Amino acid sequence: MQALIAQVQGMTVLAAAIIIGLGAIGTALGFAILGGKFLEASARQPELMPQLQTKLFVIAGLLDAISMIGVGVALLYTFNNPFLNAIIAAAGK
Amino acid sequence: MTTEHAVEAGHGAPATATEYIQHHLSHLRTDDNSFNLDTFWISAALGLVFLFVFWMASRKATAGVPGKLQNFVEFVMEIVNDTINSAFHVKSAVIAPLAITIFVWVWLLNAMDFLPVDLLPKLFGFLGVHKLRVVPTADVNHTFGMSFGVMLCIIGFSIKAKGAIGWGKELFSAPFHAHGFMAIVLAPINFIFQMIELLAKPLSLSLRLFGNMYAGELIFILIALLPWWAQWLLGGPWAIFHILVVTLQAFVFMALTVVYLSLAVEKH
Repeated sequence: MQALIAQVQGMTVLAAAIIIGLGAIGTALGFAILGGKFLEASARQPELMPQLQTKLFVIAGLLDAISMIGVGVALLYTFNNPFLNAIIAAAGK
Repeated sequence: MTTEHAVEAGHGAPATATEYIQHHLSHLRTDDNSFNLDTFWISAALGLVFLFVFWMASRKATAGVPGKLQNFVEFVMEIVNDTINSAFHVKSAVIAPLAITIFVWVWLLNAMDFLPVDLLPKLFGFLGVHKLRVVPTADVNHTFGMSFGVMLCIIGFSIKAKGAIGWGKELFSAPFHAHGFMAIVLAPINFIFQMIELLAKPLSLSLRLFGNMYAGELIFILIALLPWWAQWLLGGPWAIFHILVVTLQAFVFMALTVVYLSLAVEKH
């Protein structure tokens, strides 16, 4: 029983780490490309900078979304592990 | 790592870090665990605050030199107005109040995260309330409620712009247009695409806001577990960054609502 719980906990830790890590990579690359394009466009046409900045923030909010959802799922696994709860419920029967 | 806390009335101090975290992540629920009372009452109270402040500003509005409150309200209105003008090109009496409400209300709800983690739970502990989560938008029920409302608005705007029959026809004929036999073949595929599009919008809206706020709140709780000299080092920058996140998420929710509504009234 303890071995089973240990295995589920170990797998959950890895899963949470992978979710957060991969989400972070994607978001970082996305922000980098976005920021670079914004800087290029601002250098080309400085008079458009305010409008572009608004759109920059909108797209930044969108980029954040999936990685934040991933972080939410990973934190759920960390603090209220449903897989562990399932094992404990099965053992309790 | 043990933490020291003054004993809350009727409640022992949390013995472990995990207990502290889980205590701060538990909602104040009704007795049958079916409804998050803290989310409901805090969001209602903040909604009333928003309405009261804006009503006071409208009562004292002058065409001459504006006072500070009027200045602030006009600043908010200008942001919302610019967003609507850039995205929504149809006449509508509802879009502006909707956008202002979403922006200011979501900002106020998110801003509850600026309060120290233990402040309101301690105060309410003296009143006998032992579980409290103070950020309503960190409750997935609340964000889903709001985005469900936005989805109803999308459907309502679509029906108003195209008629119920027109919208129904569009559900089966877009995005793949065809005539005759192919139209019947493509109809279910079109319908599936349209449904996925319709459901993905509120889903992403709500989970984006929830994920950001939940992660922010959790990091504040984790920072609260650190020794006092480390708290300011990490908590300071995180709190400053969180100001940006709060405003950004409120703005993105509003901007996306306006964009989705503009897509809903667009005729193909």
